[in-house]
Amino acid sequence: MCFTQNFWNLVVSGLADGFLYALIAIGYTLVYGVLQLINFAHSEVFMSGGFASYFILNAAIGTSQPHGIGSLAFLALGTVGGGLGGALVAFLLERVAYRPLRRRNAPRLAFLISAIGASYFIYNIAGKEFGRNALEIPSPFTNGPVFSIFGATVQTYYVVIAVSAVIMLVLVDRVVAMTRLGKGIRAVAQDAETASLMGVNIDRVISQTFIIGGILGGAAGFLFGLNAGVVYTMGFTPALKAFTAAVLGGIGNIRGAMIGGLLLGIVENLGVACTQASWRDVVAFGILVLVLLVRPTGILGEQLGRAA
Amino acid sequence: MTAAPRRGSALRRLWTSEDARRGFACVVGGLVLAVMTGPEGSSTAPTSGFTGSLFHARVIGFIVFGLVLWGLITVRRRYATQVRAFSDKVTAAPRRLLPDKRVRAVVYLAVLAFAIAYPATLNSFWQEVLVDQIGVYVLLAIGLNVVVGYAGLLDLGYIAFFAIGAYSAAYWTGALPIHPPFHLNPFYAIPLAIIAAMLAGVVLGAPTLRLRGDYLAIVTLGFGEIIQIVATNLQGVTGGAQGVIGIPHFSIHLLGIHYDWGINSLPYYYLLLGFVVLVLFGFHFLENSRVGRAWVAIREDEVAAESSGINVLKYKVMAFAIGASTSGFAGMLEASKISFVEPADLTVQLSILILVLVIFGGMGSLPGAVVGAAVLQWLPQYLRVHPLLGFQQQDIYIYLGALLVVMMIFRPEGIIPSRRRKREIGLAEHGVGHADALSGQSGPVA
Repeated sequence: MCFTQNFWNLVVSGLADGFLYALIAIGYTLVYGVLQLINFAHSEVFMSGGFASYFILNAAIGTSQPHGIGSLAFLALGTVGGGLGGALVAFLLERVAYRPLRRRNAPRLAFLISAIGASYFIYNIAGKEFGRNALEIPSPFTNGPVFSIFGATVQTYYVVIAVSAVIMLVLVDRVVAMTRLGKGIRAVAQDAETASLMGVNIDRVISQTFIIGGILGGAAGFLFGLNAGVVYTMGFTPALKAFTAAVLGGIGNIRGAMIGGLLLGIVENLGVACTQASWRDVVAFGILVLVLLVRPTGILGEQLGRAA
Repeated sequence: MTAAPRRGSALRRLWTSEDARRGFACVVGGLVLAVMTGPEGSSTAPTSGFTGSLFHARVIGFIVFGLVLWGLITVRRRYATQVRAFSDKVTAAPRRLLPDKRVRAVVYLAVLAFAIAYPATLNSFWQEVLVDQIGVYVLLAIGLNVVVGYAGLLDLGYIAFFAIGAYSAAYWTGALPIHPPFHLNPFYAIPLAIIAAMLAGVVLGAPTLRLRGDYLAIVTLGFGEIIQIVATNLQGVTGGAQGVIGIPHFSIHLLGIHYDWGINSLPYYYLLLGFVVLVLFGFHFLENSRVGRAWVAIREDEVAAESSGINVLKYKVMAFAIGASTSGFAGMLEASKISFVEPADLTVQLSILILVLVIFGGMGSLPGAVVGAAVLQWLPQYLRVHPLLGFQQQDIYIYLGALLVVMMIFRPEGIIPSRRRKREIGLAEHGVGHADALSGQSGPVA
């Protein structure tokens, strides 16, 4: 088989991609849970996180080459900065493009169109303001092999992605399962009307849901940008794949998004080994259509309230 | 806001005041407009765009604009009861703009006569704009109107079918690296291009339309991107990234008449006008036929439509395929006109552009789609020749994106609304019906 040759190498790089998809997919899934809508502008939340971390790290690191504790500190700074950038854009997005429509009880088509409009607005204004070429985030660490597993070398970059993604994924899972905020999110996801009768402030919960999704999406933008650089077009493809991941795992389901993301990353990398790199996006899209055909409810099934 | 907190600080009282919040929103809107129209930043100086537009004398103009807007809104709300009484008179029962059938026919004929006579007086630049920028997009907008307006579905990869139409035109006329069994005149390639686009629409739509409506949106978004990748990568079939050249022009060799459309725009304009009028008639009758009524029923309440014996999936696929074939038709015409197709031109952004044309004109309204496409496609060209407020061509999608959001917030039915669609949106906002076909199986499935 075409992918048996480099199997473990492909799995390692697939897992790295998969963690990023999982982080972005959480944003789709949470918003879907509370609003039953695909947030088309989530790709731009991801991009904003990348740009925010670029500006912060550019100012903080400059031309120095951090190592040791310094690397860790800068990584944390970049992740937090990216997360805050993403959260800010997600919050504004909900305020401007969703809330006025929600107040009017507009048809769902209107929400999708409004989100698409907001997405194109943000995307193109970023292109106008930040230039149309990719910007390189100054690296907080020196990349190199760390250890090897089944003959596959694991780079520092992969370790960074895996560790920070696992921390964030566990955190968000616990937040939704255990805190008062998570209880609100689950209540609104199960039945918004009843939740509001029980005294849940729906507006606030929806706002907070966008913010949580924005933090994870923005942090993913930083982790993605570490390797590929940040550019205004960076959001489109990863977000489409993350959506595929969310559907694969069962949209509206947090753990489903995590599993779907990892699975998609691995399958995509194995699939690319059988074709050429330029067909990468086609492989992911094929998986999306296949999942929708065979099991549209995803691996773990839908519903945020039940599975989380 | 009657129960304003009495103990709060002045700041808090200001924040809870509706007027102050609206004023804040208006001024922020003015500042956003200042950034939108302002100078460009660059990767080396990413803040220069912001500082150039916000810390510059011109920003005062935009703040004043925001304040004036606020004033207008406030005045309007002060006199809300009078305004409402007036606007109720206008909009209560959505009526035709021109109620008399004969008057309408005369107006339409006058518009057609103008469309025939006027372009001949234009110079060649505007004639080219009229075909490449306006005519083709009018056709595309009418087609997407069937999907978005009539059936209430969201298609974000509409340009993919344009590409399929264009490439099948190239195939059947022998311009591609792979050759057909026999070469055809572009006229005979029209039905084949339409069938190819329609088949693609059915193949993509049939599995996806069974699911929740918003899945269609994201699948078509992906499809639009994939078509571009495929067209670029399949070098041996499509000619790859350089595109295809040498697609022949339309020509007639029949009963002793020989005519070639050549490279001039005006003959193409009349050809296109003829096709657009035909398609308009077709869609007008479709709207009022059994099929059109089925679409209305699906839009208003899918479950009720299903239980009244309407095959919902069939009619959704039909709308999607009709839209797709119109796009393929437009692609075929444009490919033959400029005798060239290039994957880089077939971006997802173009699909969004056509969506804006339909939304701006009015979902479900044929005059709306035509006028929306004509106005929004003409304006950037006009601004390119006569620059105003520092308008730059590459910023067009910033304005279009903002326009989509603003239209959805303030006027979802478009500038020339379809009467039925407007009423539906109003009803849906009061909890009756859906006004789109996105809600199928929206309940928890697992």
